[in-house]
Amino acid sequence: MSLITETWHKLSSAKHFYPMAGVLLPWLLIPALLMLAWASWQGLVVAPSDYQQGDSYRIIYVHVPSAWLSMMAYMVMAINGAVYLIWKIKLADIVAAAAAPIGASFTFLALATGSLWGKPMWGAWWVWDARLTSELVLLFLYLGTIALRAAIDDRQQAGRAAGLLGLIGVINVPIIHFSVEWWETLHQPATVSKFAAPSMHPSMLVPLLVMAAGFTLYFFAVLLIKIRAGILEQERHSRWLATLYADGEASGARLTPAQPPAKQNNEEARDE
Amino acid sequence: MLSALKKQFAREMLGALRQPGDTLAPVVFYLIVGTLFPLALGSDPQLLAKIGPGAIWIAALLAVLLSLQNLFRQDMENGYLDQLMLVPCPLFLLVGARLLAHWLQTGVPMLLVTPLLAESFGLNYSLLTVLLVSMALGTPILLLLGAINEALTLASRGGALLALLVLPLYVPTLVFGSGAAYAVQYGENPAAHLSLLAALALISLMFAPWAVATALRISND
Repeated sequence: MSLITETWHKLSSAKHFYPMAGVLLPWLLIPALLMLAWASWQGLVVAPSDYQQGDSYRIIYVHVPSAWLSMMAYMVMAINGAVYLIWKIKLADIVAAAAAPIGASFTFLALATGSLWGKPMWGAWWVWDARLTSELVLLFLYLGTIALRAAIDDRQQAGRAAGLLGLIGVINVPIIHFSVEWWETLHQPATVSKFAAPSMHPSMLVPLLVMAAGFTLYFFAVLLIKIRAGILEQERHSRWLATLYADGEASGARLTPAQPPAKQNNEEARDE
Repeated sequence: MLSALKKQFAREMLGALRQPGDTLAPVVFYLIVGTLFPLALGSDPQLLAKIGPGAIWIAALLAVLLSLQNLFRQDMENGYLDQLMLVPCPLFLLVGARLLAHWLQTGVPMLLVTPLLAESFGLNYSLLTVLLVSMALGTPILLLLGAINEALTLASRGGALLALLVLPLYVPTLVFGSGAAYAVQYGENPAAHLSLLAALALISLMFAPWAVATALRISND
């Protein structure tokens, strides 16, 4: 077995992924928090006001990274859903299930900040702007996959159904985006083009990019936390988890006391 | 294989003929929803002409959604779906035959009564023609996308979930479909909208039967 396939197999098994994620987590979370703190200070305090929008533009430091991540999280969800659908790798299903609520939260954040920005700029909380509208539809798509997963009792069935729905969504997201963009030009005179600033001054742009990087790291950190929780839930009867916590190898507090081995064997047999 | 498809198609058509009430309910629903718009918004002829194409499209969209409610659920409960999967013919083709029959039973009657609604909204004939073309292209898309989601929700308890899943996916069809009609109203050429709608219809025709078959396999596991 070559090194690559071996690594791949290890990555795709909950048993190897769980401790690895635990080790990786602080390396994502700490830089994420540092970057978010630095970029918030730079963006909210140090960067100059915009000559047209005053201080209102500063909401882009939250809005734009949220919007980017809302789409990236959807891709993470859809790709993992497809992997589960095709190769039946259980871990992929856990990742897809974990990514959906995070993505929905970022989508909501993008919508809320967009509407907060719209009030002083456009004079209304909600304007049928193309990007706002397609972001709203994206939120509905997220809620749909979450609801479908919740409505089906059988875990495998739920994962496969949500995976297929995510794939259909991936085909549809660009179509929805363009349809809404053309719809706007049809029904409405052109509104203010939102972030079409051709050349953002570096003092504004650098904090935005750092913020986006911080958001991305933060997303993956939260994703890892949720994946670890998902693994704990799914593998709660498996022996490797019990040994892991009995030996005290894993980081974090001991969750379940190690159970007598005889009972473990029984439960494992029943699972298979 | 061809005979299996023919039999599947004939069975669906026969079933519809024997229970015309079930089949025609979405069409009646379509007419009623169309009637609600003037009742809610007033009978000002100018306003009605302006909202007409959009209102008719929304009524059609909801009617298609309603017609999906029992597309596969009964078949799963009485075991017909299991039998269908044993037929030595690709499932997606059987599904395709089934959906074609369903469109003939609900989509076509809806097209046939559309002139009535158009007249009640005071739409002129050139607008009606474009509206009919857009609906002829658009209702199959609505049906195909809806069928995927109906098949996906079979394993759940049903209810409002189907609408929650499917309505966001209907956005492009609604935009291009009603957009074609509004293009006529604004004196523009509706060809661009109709071409996009036709493209969407072709894409859905290509992928949806396969996706429905996959979803049925997942739900009927």
